[in-house]
Amino acid sequence: MSNPLVDMQKPDVIFCIGTNMTECHPVAATGLKKAIAHGAKMIVADPRRIGLVKMAELYLPIRVGSDVALLLAMAHVIDRDGLVDETFVHERTRDFEAFRAHLRDFTPAWAAKICEVPAADIERAARLYGQAERGAIYYTLGITEHICGVDNVQSLCNLALMTGNIGREGTGINPMRGQNNIQGAGDCGAIPNNFPGFQSVLVEEHQRKFKEAWGVEVDRELGMTKIAALDHCGKSIRAMLIDGENTVVSDPDRDHCDHALRALDHLVVIDIFRTETAELADVVLPATSWGETDGVCTNTERRVQRLRAAVPPMGESKPDWWIIAEIAKRMGLAGFEWQSAKDVFNELCSISPIYAGLDWDRIDKGEYHWPVPTPDHPGTPRLHEDGFVNGRGVFKVLSYRDPAETIDEEYPVWLTTGRRLSIYHTNTQTGRAAGLPWLQSEEELEVHPDDVVAWGLEDGAFVHLTSRRGSVRIKVKATERSPRGTVFCSFSFNATPVNVLTGSGYDPLTETAELKVCAVRIEGVARVEAGS
Amino acid sequence: MTTLDSPKTTAAAATATLTLDGATVEFTLGETLYEVCQREQRHVPTLCYDERLDAFGACRLCVVEVEGVRNPVASCTTKAAAGMVVRSNPARIDKFRRTLLEMVASENRETEVDAERGHASQELSGLIERYDARRDRFRGKQSGKSKLDDSNPFILRDYDLCISCYRCVRVCAEQEGDYAISIKGRGFHTQITVEFDGDLRESACTFCGQCVQTCPTGALADKKALEAKELPGEIELTRTVCPYCGVGCSIDLMTKGDKVIGSRPAMDGPANRGALCVKGQFGFDFIQHPERLQHPLVRGDDGELRRATWDEALDRAAKGFVEAKKNHGRKSVYAIASGRAPHEAAYATQKFVRVGFLSNHVDNCSRS
Repeated sequence: MSNPLVDMQKPDVIFCIGTNMTECHPVAATGLKKAIAHGAKMIVADPRRIGLVKMAELYLPIRVGSDVALLLAMAHVIDRDGLVDETFVHERTRDFEAFRAHLRDFTPAWAAKICEVPAADIERAARLYGQAERGAIYYTLGITEHICGVDNVQSLCNLALMTGNIGREGTGINPMRGQNNIQGAGDCGAIPNNFPGFQSVLVEEHQRKFKEAWGVEVDRELGMTKIAALDHCGKSIRAMLIDGENTVVSDPDRDHCDHALRALDHLVVIDIFRTETAELADVVLPATSWGETDGVCTNTERRVQRLRAAVPPMGESKPDWWIIAEIAKRMGLAGFEWQSAKDVFNELCSISPIYAGLDWDRIDKGEYHWPVPTPDHPGTPRLHEDGFVNGRGVFKVLSYRDPAETIDEEYPVWLTTGRRLSIYHTNTQTGRAAGLPWLQSEEELEVHPDDVVAWGLEDGAFVHLTSRRGSVRIKVKATERSPRGTVFCSFSFNATPVNVLTGSGYDPLTETAELKVCAVRIEGVARVEAGS
Repeated sequence: MTTLDSPKTTAAAATATLTLDGATVEFTLGETLYEVCQREQRHVPTLCYDERLDAFGACRLCVVEVEGVRNPVASCTTKAAAGMVVRSNPARIDKFRRTLLEMVASENRETEVDAERGHASQELSGLIERYDARRDRFRGKQSGKSKLDDSNPFILRDYDLCISCYRCVRVCAEQEGDYAISIKGRGFHTQITVEFDGDLRESACTFCGQCVQTCPTGALADKKALEAKELPGEIELTRTVCPYCGVGCSIDLMTKGDKVIGSRPAMDGPANRGALCVKGQFGFDFIQHPERLQHPLVRGDDGELRRATWDEALDRAAKGFVEAKKNHGRKSVYAIASGRAPHEAAYATQKFVRVGFLSNHVDNCSRS
């Protein structure tokens, strides 16, 4: 997030797109509810009639995967109606004129056909956001899990830049991170393009720095992304270490993923449960759980906080860092002689400019948002207040493209996937928490009641849901949360492995999977089978 | 309502002084007398007060004396003014508070409740003890009738203990924004309820548990934590951060001995200020679940995973990576770090790849 969570109470116009915040980030959503109670207006763009819609001033039920068209048309209106913050554009950005020229053809009437929402509503959304004193954008995986995920994010950046809604209280471009420490995994350099602290592996100065710190010739080439690595399993990739991820259930195109991991010569899995992924491993190593582990995590607002052990580890389980260090030492590697989580974290701080002012003891109360470049620095709750890291905010000229897969005669229905309030990801933790399964114990396919009738289905009966990659059996739930022609379910239940259907395409830059769109058909299960 | 301003955005506010218990104290314009007393470390009791909520002024326990005003004033709803002369704890106020507490206690079936019930559950019993209030001085009618047949596994609705402070109603509306809890009737007929007098599951309730944690009598209680009430030992709290989404809510994990018995929102948590959702509030017991992996496993010659010692498993893990590197080159090894494990796990994973195999073949689970 460019802005801290406390800022969520402060916008006068809120634009939520591709974020089911009341279910996926419920506590963050309470901030928006307070802002609305105090008079803020909210625009919600989402294919589904999610919980936020009830609180919205304006709801745009856009077709899955049509975000770029909507955002281009909003930019068109903002420019056409003279709502551009010319001072901000002049002082803080570049390449606006090319973007402005590009916008001319992307009228609300053009976008309305793609997004399947009225042009008048697109105009209204543009004017609401464009006229905001403090306009804030919030998004989640509904923006990024597309083949055009990068374009979606850049389209949001264009809107914020042209209206000057960045670098001030109550504004910003705010992605809500989905996992407790997904931000931290990136901060720590567990990405193929950056050393810890987002220092690019391609920059000579960084290569020198890490060579010196670690005493080895670090690689000067980008690594593969996880998606590419799974494609190369059994070919160039022969051995893999997976720490705390149930890859088989969470990743797109489950069959492909399953085959990939089986094709490895050597798979080591570190986890707290014997997950579907652990079942494929040659070696399974038991990690200590949350509640048993001392450590650090970074939340969605870049706040660095301490995790503390409350109970001793179960059985022989050990902290992840200890396990990895032990493997490294047995391979004869140096530099893994840590005695505690504190040692590991302090080493990270010593080589990461965004953590340079932090150490284990300073983060005790969780007051700091990175970057914290020096020990006397107060931290950075709000990014870009005085300028952008690279000097000026750059407008990106981009265009709409269709999802990797569009509906046709054979696969006439859009499927989009997501998460549910009481269940977390592949349900390995929430499914083992007493009471939570009482709220939801099986997956359901949400279908608009009109479609249930039109397609000859029955509320509560099972159907086969089939995409070009596979088929699952799932129970139908008639609900107006789904729009006509689009169905929804989560990927949380292994009994309903929805990710056998997904995986139609990937963003060419980030290789993020288009989990939010795939084309499916729905067929009723014969009564004999339904009863068996 | 307390707004969560970060220091950088708080304008230098105007200040003035008043006299509190004979001393001159400074305050910021807009502060209430209660806030001034709190900062000056005066004991001022409350029951309907929760610093995150709009002041309500219902329980009257926070009354103080203000010179020139005939009756005691509720400090939570009275703004501090320049030159005020305030006495926080004169004898007559003390007596007044005791009488009030005796009236409140007369409405209540039981004031001594298990601490497992919730964060604020000991507030009423604590005050009764402190003021040495008698529970039998008044014989009032009782308000609130328990709804113990609500079969939800999380929230006990023991309204016989209710004192109609409305904290649950207000926290649900003002903090959580769900407006699930409402009030039926007035006076002795007051009943805290939800729409159509039904079960929580059929209401707008999302089981975030905020009502449980703000209840000062334990009328709304944490059913999961109460299962541990017979366990010996004191409840201990450990401050940590929720393991689920990226909001980073601070949690006080509740333990008795070596057992995790519950989870509570940290009222001063920087990202959540006392809020949690159903996962953070009630989703903790995977930690000590019997299906946890408790020892290493290696795949045997029969193709099945079998129990192994750490030494055997770690040697086997290391050997496989060494062989891959030897036979297929340094770029034949890949690692995936977790977005759920702490920094130290991710840092160790990427260093393992970068130092061990001189490659950048490492990623985390953010692409799916």
